[in-house]
Order: sequence, then C-alpha cells, then structure tokens
Amino acid sequence: MDDLWYSEYHTPDVRFSIRVNAQLHVEQSDYQRIAVYDSPEFGRFLTLDGVLMLTERDEFIYHEMITHVPMAVNPDIHKVLIVGGGDGGAARELIKYPTIEHINVAEIDRRVIAVCREYLPQTACGFNDPRVAIHEVDGLKWIRHTENRYDLIIVDSTDPSGPGEVLFTREFYGGCLHALTAEGILVNQHESPFYREDAKAMRSAHQRIHGVFSVAEVYQAHIPTYPSGHWLFGFASPELHPLRNLRAEAWNRLGIRTRYYNTQLHRGAFCLPTYVEEDLKPVE
Amino acid sequence: MNQTRAPLYEALKAMRDERIVPFDVPGHKRGRGNPALTDFLGEQCLSVDVNSMKPLDNLCHPTSVIKEAEALAAEAFGAAHSFFMVGGTTSAVQAMILSSVKKGEKIILPRNVHQSVINALVLCGGIPVYINPETDQQLGITLGMSVSSVERALHFHPDAKALLVNNPTYYGVCSDIRRITELAHAQGMRVLADEAHGTHFYFGNGLPLSAMAAGADMASVSLHKSGGSLTQSSLLLCGRGVNADRVRQIINLTQTTSGSYLLLSSLDISRRNLALNGVALFDKVKRFARYAREEINLLGDYYAFSRERINGDSVFDFDVTKLSVNTLSVGLAGIEVYDILRDQYDIQVEFGDLGNFLAYLSVGDKTKNVERLISALSDIRRLYKRDRKGLWESEYLAPDVALSPQDAFYAEKESLPLTGCIGGISAEFVMAYPPGIPVLAPGERITPQIVDYIGYAKSKGCLLTGPEAMDITRLNVVTEENRHG
Repeated sequence: MDDLWYSEYHTPDVRFSIRVNAQLHVEQSDYQRIAVYDSPEFGRFLTLDGVLMLTERDEFIYHEMITHVPMAVNPDIHKVLIVGGGDGGAARELIKYPTIEHINVAEIDRRVIAVCREYLPQTACGFNDPRVAIHEVDGLKWIRHTENRYDLIIVDSTDPSGPGEVLFTREFYGGCLHALTAEGILVNQHESPFYREDAKAMRSAHQRIHGVFSVAEVYQAHIPTYPSGHWLFGFASPELHPLRNLRAEAWNRLGIRTRYYNTQLHRGAFCLPTYVEEDLKPVE
Repeated sequence: MNQTRAPLYEALKAMRDERIVPFDVPGHKRGRGNPALTDFLGEQCLSVDVNSMKPLDNLCHPTSVIKEAEALAAEAFGAAHSFFMVGGTTSAVQAMILSSVKKGEKIILPRNVHQSVINALVLCGGIPVYINPETDQQLGITLGMSVSSVERALHFHPDAKALLVNNPTYYGVCSDIRRITELAHAQGMRVLADEAHGTHFYFGNGLPLSAMAAGADMASVSLHKSGGSLTQSSLLLCGRGVNADRVRQIINLTQTTSGSYLLLSSLDISRRNLALNGVALFDKVKRFARYAREEINLLGDYYAFSRERINGDSVFDFDVTKLSVNTLSVGLAGIEVYDILRDQYDIQVEFGDLGNFLAYLSVGDKTKNVERLISALSDIRRLYKRDRKGLWESEYLAPDVALSPQDAFYAEKESLPLTGCIGGISAEFVMAYPPGIPVLAPGERITPQIVDYIGYAKSKGCLLTGPEAMDITRLNVVTEENRHG
C-alpha cells in the first residue's frame, strides 16, 4: 500500500502523523480549508486548516466530556446553545436527554456541516433530531443579540488561531454571561496545558472567563489525537459549582449510556496536575 | 498614462535582481551587517532599504523613476503635480504653508487644525486668523467652517495670503470646499487642504469631494492612512496655479536627503492599487462602516453618527468610512471607552476624546474583528453604564490670539504652575493626542477654562503633549515685558 501519512505540527518541533488510506474530501470554504481522510487506526477524521478536529475513533471522549459534565451538574437544562460544533457530536450527546427542549447550533461555516453530513454520519447524526436548529451565524454576533435565554452554552470551537479566535475573547465570554439564565453553565474547549503555545491560550482563556464568571473551573480529559493528548475544558457559571452542585444520583438515574464519562470520573476530572494548577493560579 | 505601472517599485526590483555590490550606505549592506534586524524585518525588506543611486533617481531632484512615479500619482489624484513625502503628512502640511505664507503674512484657518499647521507658522512667522468652527453640542465635536464665517474672515482680512481647509476633520466632517475655494480665489488667496484623512475621496464612489476636484491649490494627503502605504509616507499635491519647482525648493529646506525607498516604493505601489482597485476597496470599507454603525446603534446609548448630521453648511458632507461613536449617553468619556477597549478587550481604536472615539476602518479589516468591536462595546455598556452627570460635553475653546506663534515661541519665557498661568500668554503648545489638535498654541492667552480643561482631560486619561514639562503641571508663559510682540 502507498505510504501516505497525514501530519500535523503540534509545535514547530513536534509532528503527529496518522497513516492514511485516502483523502476523501478537500475544499476551501469561505472560512477555512476543510478535509476528510480515512485511516486504518482512527477511521475517518476531519481537519480544518490542517488541524485535526475529530476522529471517529476518539471523538467520543471529547463530545462526552463537553456535554455530560454540565448536564450532571444541572440535569434540568432545557435550552442549549452550541457555538461551533459543526460536526454534530455535541448535539448527538445532548439529544440523549429528554428534558432538553431546544438546541441551537451557531456554526459560522455551513460547509463544515455539509461535509460532516456526507462523510461523518457518526457525529452528524446529532443534527437529525427535530429539537436541533442550525444557524449559520457568527457565534459572537448571535450571543450579542441574546439575553437570559440559555441554560447551557457549549463552545465547541477551533483553536484561537483560526476562525474560532473570537470565541476566546472577553467580549464573547461577557456576552455568554448575559445570554445565560441565572443557573446557566458555560462549557468551552480550553486548549492544552502542555505545549507552550497551547498553554498560553489556556491561560488567556482562563483569565478572561475568570474575570467574567464567579465560578470558573477547569477540567481535563485524555484525547489521544490532540496535541500532547492532554486536553482541558472550562466550566463557568454565575451560580453552579461543578463539584459542590454535582447531582450524581440524579444523573445516574437517567441511565444515559456513555463510554468515557461517569460521575466518578467527573469528580476526578477537576483534580488537575500540580503544574497545571500552578500555571492557572496566577491568572485568577 | 498607464496606471498599471509602478516605475519606482519596478526599478527597485530590478536593482535587487541585478545583485549590485554595495559599497555605499546604508551600512547594513542589504541586511547582512545586522542579522537581528534582518531577522525581525525580513530579508526582502532590508534588501531594498538602499540609498539613492543612478537607476533609482533622487528624491531631492527627481529626473527619472521618482519623477515618473510622481507624475502617475498626480494623474491618479487629478493634480498638476505631486511630491512623494517621507516625513509624514506633517512635512506635506509644512511645505504647503511655507510655500504660501511668509513672515508677517496672514493665513485664514479653522482652529481645529492639526498641530503641524501651527508648527509651520512658528517656523515661517505667519499670522493665523482663526475661524472658530461650529460645535455640535450633542456630540461635543468641532465641525467644519460655515461659508458665512469664511466670508466674514475674507471681508476682514482681504490681505490674507492663504486659506486652509480640513477635508475632512478627524471625525469625517467636510466643509463646502468648492464654495470656499471659489470665495478665496475671488480674493486672490491660495487654498490649502489638509487631507490627512481624505485619501479615499480621490478614489471611492459616493464619498465627499476631494480638494483637487474642488479646485484647491495644494493638498496634503496621508496615503499611509486610508491609502495603505507605510507609516510616514505621504503625498503633497499641487494644482495648476502652483509653481511646483518652487515648492520642491521649499520641501528640500527640511526634507532628508536620504529618503527611504521603503516609504517611497510603498507610495508607488499603493497609488497603483488605488488607481486600479480603489472603487471596490472603498466600497468594502463603506460596507463595514455601515454594518458597524447599524449594529452599534442597536446596542443602545452609543451613537455612531453619519450623514444625518449633514446641515448643508458646517457639516456640508460626511465621510461615511469614518466610524465615529459618541459615548456620552453610556456615561463614559470617549477616552475611557478607548482605554477599556485597549486594556480589557485587546482592541486598539484610533483615538478617544471627551465624548467620542473613532475606530479606523480600512481595506485590511475582517468581518470577525468588526464583530469583536461591536460585541466589546455591548459588553462595556452592560458593565459600565452610568449616569452621564459630570461629563464635559463640549471641548471647543475659542482661542484669544495675543502674539504670533513665532513671536511667542521664541519670546523670553518663564515656567509657571498651571493655575498661576491664567491670564498669561502661552509660549508653547498643549495638545490632546490623538487627534493632535491644539488646546493651546503659542501666542494664545491662557484662560481659566483652558486650565480646567487640561485638568479634566488629564483626569480622564487623555495623553496631553506639547509642553516642556511633560507631566503638564507647568506651562511656559511669555514674560511680562515681552507681551507686546
């Protein structure tokens, strides 16, 4: 077989490669370069501007952790906004909850949705539920026109170097606080603590969220295909604390099937390595 | 002429490709002698940072490629002659004034001029005759000159040699430059235009009238602002009635003999781009500005003003590419919003004054950044909104000119604490920067209002510049015996 490899520079001096069977799709949208590959180890995977977004093999970790953590703190969530999330994975997890009435997806690039619908039905199936409404709109703008409306906002974005840049700004987090209900929760992908550039983005996101929300905690997961494999999420709320307000029993009664998330892991995920705590403390 | 050409740029490229061995300045020798600088600015950049040489012409005495490039620029701007300037638009403004007004001669001008205008009067000894611009009370900004105020000045000062017009002001306000030019020309005066903020008038559709199209004699155009060239590069345009060779002599009094080819080539390349694509470029800027204005005005309290301010006279026209936003109803001074945007949202706007800030939009903008600005304003309003009590609403202080700027600047003077200056004649400038419009110019009487204003502007975080005492706690005042120039 041909010796084809997809490579991504995790830093200028570190490269991560996956053997590829074939490139299934590539296009330049109005916002970014979208590509889908097929690989022996990770199945199909999606890249945006050359950065790996998800693989069929390990996407469950990311999507479970970005959704079930807030849902276990407040199982009464009714209205959700997903900013980004054009692959449908976060929506797929949320539609498992019968209490959720409405999920708005604010994805700026309609082509990401179309490509995922065609090549990644494993995640794009999340869009098929009638409660999910897709809006092709800039997340920042959507938030600006929204007030006291969502119980949960999930920021499922690209890195701050791409079109997701605006979703790492103070004005965005300020808008989120305003768009949430009193017991609302904001969860965002929070970059990685390991490599220097990623850690810088992590600190700056934490500093900004901490400046806006009275509760701003960070939790972690192991995601093999992301830089360093060690990835963080942010949990922020005007009221609810991710551990003190955890409703483990209520969540377990729902009987939602997961492969990574459980309520024991929920508690552990907020226990961060010392070097990460030391890195985050000074910006709080 | 063929506007697709860029003779200076082409000559520089050819020079680089010929790999000429440099035994001339600059000493970095295409960057090789200064690796840290080359690493920072790039080899491409350093390889064309060269000195004047045969194939590259000479800025002080252009006969080949600079001459051709200037002729192309003149044609593109509808001028009889153009000069490439490397000392900023300040140098263009000074050359306009030094070529039009001599010691003791009068020039009629609005008081909201850039400091470079009055600096030029310090140099040449000209006497300013100020037209007090009208003020928009709601916005707290100075406007253009009304035709009747120009007529009055012409009537009382028929001996003035020149008249200067801002086209537009920093906020985008235009006077009736065509009518004003006709009036001045009827009395044999030269019309000079400060078009530091008006490059795009020459190329965009549906924008205010440019000075050259209005028949003005000279115009200073900051190509580096809306035109996209490098900072400090600028154009001086001359109409048909001006002796360009004499202007060149005046320019050479103060201009460097080592004009930067980086700056010069940026003028040439930018002129070509504007001539070929200007309409589309500025249509895009207009769309950005219109969208931002609509969204900002939806936020509440902020007022992003535009053509509705046009009153047929002191706001004869308005430059819709300028995103000027009044902040008083949010309960914040413009400079406070400027600071919050910078310090807390990582957004740098052009300037803030007491009631407004200006966000500079250009062809380099991206939709997502415009969205960021709008959302940051929305967030600031939520977090900081307060009563507007205690905010100054107007900041125009009519000057009382007691001495010519030159006489005051060079007079015997003494340094006095601010409050002790009241009643004295200032020997120096006080400016809020930007926009760089003097609060006080040399030769003007210091009033209690001016001292109060300086204190208030300092308390709001304005950057005040000009005086020898850099913390603006003292001013140089003309000594008693020198008060009668």
